[in-house]
Amino acid sequence: MNTLVTLITAGITFGTVLLYGTLGEILTEKSGSLNLGVEGIMYMGGAFGLAGAFYYEKAAGGIGNGPVAIVIAILAAFAAGALASAIYSFLTITLRTNQNVTGLALSIFGTGVGQFVGEFMRVSEGGYVALSNPLKEAFSATIWPDALIRIPILGPILFSHTIFFYLAIVLAIVMSLFLNRTRKGLYLRAVGESPSTSDAAGIDTTRYRYLATIIGGGISAIGGMVYIMTTAGCVWNHEGLAGVGWLAVALVIFCIWRPLNAIWGSVIFGAMMIMYLRVSLPFIPTEIYKILPYVVTVIVLIITSMRNSRDKQPPASLGLNYFREER
Amino acid sequence: MDSRHAIEMKGITKRFGQVVANDRIDLSVEWGEILALLGENGSGKTTLMNMLSGIYQPDEGEIFEDGEPISIRSPKDAFRHGIGMIHQHYKLIEVFTAAQNIILGLDEEKMDLKETNRRVAEICSRYGFEIDPTMKVYDMSVSQKQTVEIVKVLYRGARVLILDEPTAVLTPQETVKLFRILRAMKEDGKAIIIITHKLHEVMDVSDRVAVLRKGQYIGTLMTKDTSPQELTDMMVGRAVSLNIDRPKYDNPKPRLVVSGLSCTDEEGVSRLSDVSFTAMTGEILGIAGISGSGQKELLEAITGLYPVKSGSVKVVGDDGQEMELLGKSPMQVRKAGVGMAFVPEDRLGMGLVGSMGMTGNMLLRSWRNGRGALLKKKDPQALANDILKELEVVTPGIDYPVRRLSGGNVQKVLVGREIAIPHSVLMTAYAVRGLDINTSYTIYRLLTEEKMKGVAVIFIGEDLDVLLELCDRILVLCGGRVSGIVDGRKATKEEIGLMMTHVGQEVDANE
Repeated sequence: MNTLVTLITAGITFGTVLLYGTLGEILTEKSGSLNLGVEGIMYMGGAFGLAGAFYYEKAAGGIGNGPVAIVIAILAAFAAGALASAIYSFLTITLRTNQNVTGLALSIFGTGVGQFVGEFMRVSEGGYVALSNPLKEAFSATIWPDALIRIPILGPILFSHTIFFYLAIVLAIVMSLFLNRTRKGLYLRAVGESPSTSDAAGIDTTRYRYLATIIGGGISAIGGMVYIMTTAGCVWNHEGLAGVGWLAVALVIFCIWRPLNAIWGSVIFGAMMIMYLRVSLPFIPTEIYKILPYVVTVIVLIITSMRNSRDKQPPASLGLNYFREER
Repeated sequence: MDSRHAIEMKGITKRFGQVVANDRIDLSVEWGEILALLGENGSGKTTLMNMLSGIYQPDEGEIFEDGEPISIRSPKDAFRHGIGMIHQHYKLIEVFTAAQNIILGLDEEKMDLKETNRRVAEICSRYGFEIDPTMKVYDMSVSQKQTVEIVKVLYRGARVLILDEPTAVLTPQETVKLFRILRAMKEDGKAIIIITHKLHEVMDVSDRVAVLRKGQYIGTLMTKDTSPQELTDMMVGRAVSLNIDRPKYDNPKPRLVVSGLSCTDEEGVSRLSDVSFTAMTGEILGIAGISGSGQKELLEAITGLYPVKSGSVKVVGDDGQEMELLGKSPMQVRKAGVGMAFVPEDRLGMGLVGSMGMTGNMLLRSWRNGRGALLKKKDPQALANDILKELEVVTPGIDYPVRRLSGGNVQKVLVGREIAIPHSVLMTAYAVRGLDINTSYTIYRLLTEEKMKGVAVIFIGEDLDVLLELCDRILVLCGGRVSGIVDGRKATKEEIGLMMTHVGQEVDANE
C-alpha cells in the first residue's frame, strides 16, 4: 500500500511536468498545427525559467520573494515557449513550410538554445548556478496546511504537491471549458478540423492558428521550467528533460485530444516513467519500464482506430497547411 | 429599374497564373429571381461565384448591390452584404452538430444553442426544411448536409443565395424537394443563382439563364424563350447533337453471368439479395435505382472488392469457357478483362494522384506492363494526349498537376483512363457525375464504341432520361433486389420510376 501511495505521489510530481507539455500541445493541435517542437520548447522553458528566477534573485541582492520568483519563472518560461512557437507559426502558417520538418527543426533548435543558456549561465557565474535555499523551498513547497497532508493515504496523494500541480489542474479544466463551451473554442476546433470551411464561414483562421500555437507553446514551456525548478532542484539538468517533450506528444494522442483526460493520463505516464525507481522486479532491466508509456500509446492508438469512433479522432486537418486560393 | 439590380457584376476578370479563368464578365440578378449560370467544366462559373462569396478577389471589375458599389474581401464581407454560397463540396465540420456548424463564424459573444435551435426551427418551417439541429454531420445523408448548408446561409440573413451544382449528388426525389424550397425562397424575395449542367433543371427552375464559355460571358436569356438545344449550342460554341446514337450489335452472346448474388455489410444488414442477370456482349446494360439501392455493392462484389455471402459471378470467354470470378483478388479479376470505371464522389482521393500530371496518372494503371527499373513514358504520354484531345481536357499541358485542374477536368482524366484500358466487361458508375453536356455525350459515345467492339458495358446512372436513351436493357434495383429488367428502347420513365420503389409482385402482395 505504501509503495502504491509513493508511486502515485511521485507519478503526480513527474506528471505535472508532462501535464503542462501536453495541455499546451493539445491547444496547439486543436488548431491544426502539429508542433513537434515540444521537446525543444520545454528545454527552452527550463533554461529561461531558471534564468528568470536566478537573475531576479541576483538583482534583488540575494533576498528574493518566493511568490514573485515563481511568477517570474512562469513568465520567463512562457515567453521563451511563445517565442519559439511564434517562429514555428511564422514558418508553417505564413510561409507554409512542412509542419513535421519545421517541428523537428524546432526540437533541435530548442534543445540547443536551452543547453546554451543553461551552460552559459553556469560558466559565467563561475561554474555553479543555484538559487538560495529559501527560494528553492518556495518552488517545492506545498500550499496546503500540514494537517491535510497528514491524512493517511489521501493526504500525500492529494495535498503534498507544489502549486504548479494545482495550477495545471485549473488550467486543464479552464481549457476544457474553453474548447467545449465557448464560441471561440468552437471556432478554434473548427479551424483544426477544416480551415477552408472555417474560412468560408468568416473565421480568421490565420489568427486562431497563430494564437493557439503561440499560447500552446508557452504553456508547454512552463512544463520544462517546473521540472528544473522542482524535480531537478533549481539546477540546470538537461539529462532529466531529455525525451519529456516527445512523451507529451504521445500523451496528447493517449488522451485523445481532451484536456481532462490529460490530468489522469499524465499521472499514469509519470508513474510509469519513475516506476523503475520505486518498484523493482528482479530480472527486468529499468529500460523496459521506460518504454512503457510509448507501448501504452501504441495500444491506445490501435484501440481508438479499431473502435472507429468519429469523435475520438485527431483534428481532421492536423499537420496540413492552409492556403485559401489553393485549388 | 435597370440600375437597381440585386447584384450586378461588371467587367470581372480573374487570372490564376497564366490561366484567365474569367475574362471581363458582366452578370446581374434581380430580387425574387432564380438565375441559372450555365457553362461547361472549366468555363469559370465557380470562380466567378467565389468572387461574390469572398473566397477570391477579382483582378479587375466592380460588384454592385442595389446599385451601390461594394467590395467583398473575405467571406465575412460577403455575409455582411447578405451573400451566401452553398459550395459543391460542402463546407461542414463532420464532427460538429448541425447547430454548431450553423453558428460557425458568427460574431455574437454568447453561445446559446437553445436560441440557435429555435431560430433554426423557425427558418425550417418557413421554407419547408426538415433538420435535427443536434445531429452530427457525419451521421447525415448528402441531402441532409446540403440542407444544413442552406440553413446556415439563411441563418446569417442571406438575401442572395448561390448554389454550386446543388443537384449533382441528389436523387430525383431530393431534387424535386430542393426546387420546391428554392421556389419558396424566390417567393420570399431572395435572389438565387444556381450553377448547374443539367439542362432540364435549368428549364424547370430558372427564370433567366446566363451562359459562360471558356471564361467568357456569352449572354443571358429568358428561360421561357429558349430551348435546351439553343443553350447547349451557346455553351459549347457550336451545334451539338443531343441524340445518342444507339446501334444494334449483331449476334450478342452472354459475357457476364451473375446468379443469386447476396451480400451483407459489416452490421449484418442485407445489401444485395439474390441478384441475377446476364450481361451480353455488344450491349449496354443500364442499372437504375434510388441511390443506395445496392449499385455500388454490386459493382464492388463483381470486382472482388466487397465480400459476398452467396451466389456466383462467371465471365464467359470468347471460346465459350466459363471462369468463376468470386474468390479471386481484384488483380485477378482485372486480368480476366473485367474493368471498372467507378467515379467516386472524391475524385482525387480514389484513383488519381493530385500532384502528378496526366502522364504520371496514366502510368499508375499500366506500370505492370513495364520491364526494368526505368519508367517508359512513351505509351502513357500517347494515351494522355489522346484523352486530352478526345475529351477536351482544359490543362496547360499533360504534365501539369491534375490537382490544379477544375473538378470536371479531373474527372475526364479519370474516366478517360479507365475506358481506354482494353476490357471484355466495362463497368462504370456515375461516369458523368458533374460533367458538362458536351463531355457527357463524348463519354456516351465512347461507351457505345466499346459496346460495338463487343464489350459488355454495365452503366450505373442517375439520370433516367440518359439511361433510356443510351442502354439496350435496364436493370432496376430496389433495396438490393432486382425488381426487373426492361428493354431500353421500349420502357418508359414512369414504368422504371415505379419499379425503383417497388420490387415486382412481392411488395404489392404485402401492402
